[in-house]
Amino acid sequence: MAEPLLEVDGLTKRFGGVIAADAITLAIPAGELHAVIGPNGAGKTTLIGLLAGEIAPQAGVVRFDGSDITRLAVDRRNQRGLARSFQITSLFPDFTALDNVALAVQAHRGHSFRFWRDARREDDLRGPAEAALGRVGLAARAATRVDRLSHGEHRQLEIAVALATQPRLLLLDEPMAGMGPEESDRMVALLRALKGSVTILLIEHDMEAVFALADRITVLVYGRVIASGKPAAIRADTAVRQAYLGEDEGVRSGPLEGSHG
Amino acid sequence: MLYFVEQCLNGIELGMLLFLLAAGLTLVFGIMDLVNLAHGSLYMLGAYFAASFAALTGSFVIAVVLAVVCSLVAGMALEIVAIRRLYGRDHLDHVLGTFGLILFFNELVRLIWGPAGMTLALPPQMLGAVQILPGVYYPAYRLVIILAALAVAAALYVVVMRTRLGMLIRAGASNREMVGALGINIKLLYTLVFGFGAALAGFAGVMQAPILTVQIGMGENILILALVVIIIGGIGSIRGAFVAAILVGLIDTVGRAFLPDMLRLMLSRNAAETLGPALSSMSIYMLTAAVLVFRPEGLFPAANK
Amino acid sequence: MTARLDSSLEPAPQFRLTASAAFNVILIAVLALMPLYARLAGDSFVLTLFTRVLILALAATSLNLIMGYGGMVSFGHAAYLGIGGYAVGILAKEGLTSGLVQWPVAVAAAALYALVVGALSLRTRGVYFIMITLAFAQMIYFVAIGLDRYGGDDGLTIYRRSQFGGVLDLNNKTLFYYLCLALLLAGIYLTSRLVNSRFGLVIRGARSNNRRMRAIGFPTFRYQLVCFVIAGALCGLAGALLANHTNFISPAMMHWTRSGDLIVMVVLGGLGSLFGPLIGTATFLLLEEALSRVTSYPDLILGPVLLLVAIYVHGGIAGRIGGRARG
Repeated sequence: MAEPLLEVDGLTKRFGGVIAADAITLAIPAGELHAVIGPNGAGKTTLIGLLAGEIAPQAGVVRFDGSDITRLAVDRRNQRGLARSFQITSLFPDFTALDNVALAVQAHRGHSFRFWRDARREDDLRGPAEAALGRVGLAARAATRVDRLSHGEHRQLEIAVALATQPRLLLLDEPMAGMGPEESDRMVALLRALKGSVTILLIEHDMEAVFALADRITVLVYGRVIASGKPAAIRADTAVRQAYLGEDEGVRSGPLEGSHG
Repeated sequence: MLYFVEQCLNGIELGMLLFLLAAGLTLVFGIMDLVNLAHGSLYMLGAYFAASFAALTGSFVIAVVLAVVCSLVAGMALEIVAIRRLYGRDHLDHVLGTFGLILFFNELVRLIWGPAGMTLALPPQMLGAVQILPGVYYPAYRLVIILAALAVAAALYVVVMRTRLGMLIRAGASNREMVGALGINIKLLYTLVFGFGAALAGFAGVMQAPILTVQIGMGENILILALVVIIIGGIGSIRGAFVAAILVGLIDTVGRAFLPDMLRLMLSRNAAETLGPALSSMSIYMLTAAVLVFRPEGLFPAANK
Repeated sequence: MTARLDSSLEPAPQFRLTASAAFNVILIAVLALMPLYARLAGDSFVLTLFTRVLILALAATSLNLIMGYGGMVSFGHAAYLGIGGYAVGILAKEGLTSGLVQWPVAVAAAALYALVVGALSLRTRGVYFIMITLAFAQMIYFVAIGLDRYGGDDGLTIYRRSQFGGVLDLNNKTLFYYLCLALLLAGIYLTSRLVNSRFGLVIRGARSNNRRMRAIGFPTFRYQLVCFVIAGALCGLAGALLANHTNFISPAMMHWTRSGDLIVMVVLGGLGSLFGPLIGTATFLLLEEALSRVTSYPDLILGPVLLLVAIYVHGGIAGRIGGRARG
């Protein structure tokens, strides 16, 4: 069996008295879209922080493509092929959309100790940037400053910037946060199109999207993995239903029921 | 040995002065997120006020009291007129604005009191030395400074830890938005905190006036040491300011006293003469740089904002 | 450490005939013609004054590179002025008066100190960065005071200006003025190329959102360090010019209030704009000069002016001229 692209083993993180990640263990094969769900405060964003390299774990190992990256710095992880998007939009607000993506392209095309030539005229930066924008549906907004884009466009741009770094693994932190139904559908379509060509770890609250897209799902509660498996199995899992629905184990319509499919 | 004890006490005395300055500075920085370079000017004003009042009334004690009151009033007035318009701005705007205030106050002092500086005479009771250990004598006034500052520190502790006002101050230092959300009259709180800090600075200026100096520009030199203290101690933390102030005072004073001699043991006479003073002055800044590199949030960081 | 940016990351509109471009052209023309005016009016003082403006504008331009574009607020930039000046002064005292030796040494020494300071300071952010750069400037200030051989606290007179083998006579005030003007314009041009290059975009991106820059794969530290060194080197050159201009060096060149002055000049002119530092420096020094002629207490007015600028003017003066298009 092929080695998983991302392997997490016993990852633990404590903030003072709070356990944000409790011996998390995961394995994601290449090409999979793996969703991580859980109630608020479950530690999902901490997990992304640990995987991206912004937070150092107290215990545990993160292996990417066979190599131990547990102590590797944020920028080096990205150079190895691990990209992330941010839950709270984190872009360059005074740049245009194209500039934002072009910077991401630039980070992966040679070094940047070039002091003279105008970087905005480099076609081998602008070209791929425009392509990435096109992929997420923002081609028309390339020349617009980020602080003039709508919220939904920001979320799209987040993905474009991450994609432009040519990742093998994409960590998406609630890409659909704050989106209306139409925008969410567009995002789901985008993610579906990306499936296969890039491995995705998706953190999301939108259950419709999760069950529509995920190959496998992991459920996190208080930093602990309480279930992991195929969508149908997760849907039926009693521990999961308890976590979401509380004490009541009766058949009640809720986020895990298939009322909207 | 006696010399060493004396220098240590001097170091503590300097530390106490620095604490008085740093306490106000760190409160204002911690609660209002304001970088106030003009804090040294308030220190200067306190000294000048005291010198004038002493000349007018002939009484040292009355002069001290009046000077502190005037510093409080001046601080609150400054906050209302100018400082409050800088809240929420970039730190850079603070630097620019308060730098302008430094220029203004130095010139104002020159206009009102003249360029020559002033003196503040000690009352005869405070002249002379006190025997603190068998055979060890220490100037009475310097002891007064240490004790007075300790008293202020104790009072500060009581206010900050045991009163409602102090609770608001501590809350504000660790989470500004929350205090506003609690419906407290933020404007008044800020004015009081600033005025309070100004009073502390003025008091420090008054206390050191008889032994050091009352002159234009005296604020800038000590301000930088005060900034160093709050960085080492942790911004927003009064406890940190206390510890750091003593540390800085001791290192600076003892360093200046003994480093040249120590160097003379190791290096040639010439080298020691050249390096000695420079190194001892530098020691504080080297400490600051070290703290910032290894523990940037300071020794006693206030809770995260 | 977020400094308000004036002309952020839009392509620098250098050749569009905007109000600001027109203003800059007029400014350069005025500066170029100043010596002519000085000769006609028989006023050599104005030439001296403007030479000082040009030199400090070069220093301010170097500070703007790291502060305006890079978001690194250095409160110890005057240190590099001092190092550059002392390099010239010390070498002159030891008999080495050739500018071809002194000036490269000045630049190299400043760059070296910037390397050390930057390597340590850039690990911190925000107000801590400001303080640590201040601390390092104070250190070098005290070293200078301790240099008894080179004047210590009193300073050192330079009897012979930097020699350029008879090709350039720096004692010729007009020549020296044009040299300073040329170097300033070269510095501004260098900055303009730098900030639009790959390197510049990394620096500006790091100011805008350092976290994101690292997340997309940039090891921002090394780029910021190089930028810091470039700024220090450029300021060292300004220091060499200053030492020649005043024929004098002293620790006061590096006092922290001088660093404050530099920050004021940059902010006054508008952060992150090419000509802002020049405008800010000119405004500050000329205002200072004008006020001192009108009153014996110029700072009574200058101080509040700075305060009012801090409170009311967004983007500094260059921002005002540039109008809405920026920021």
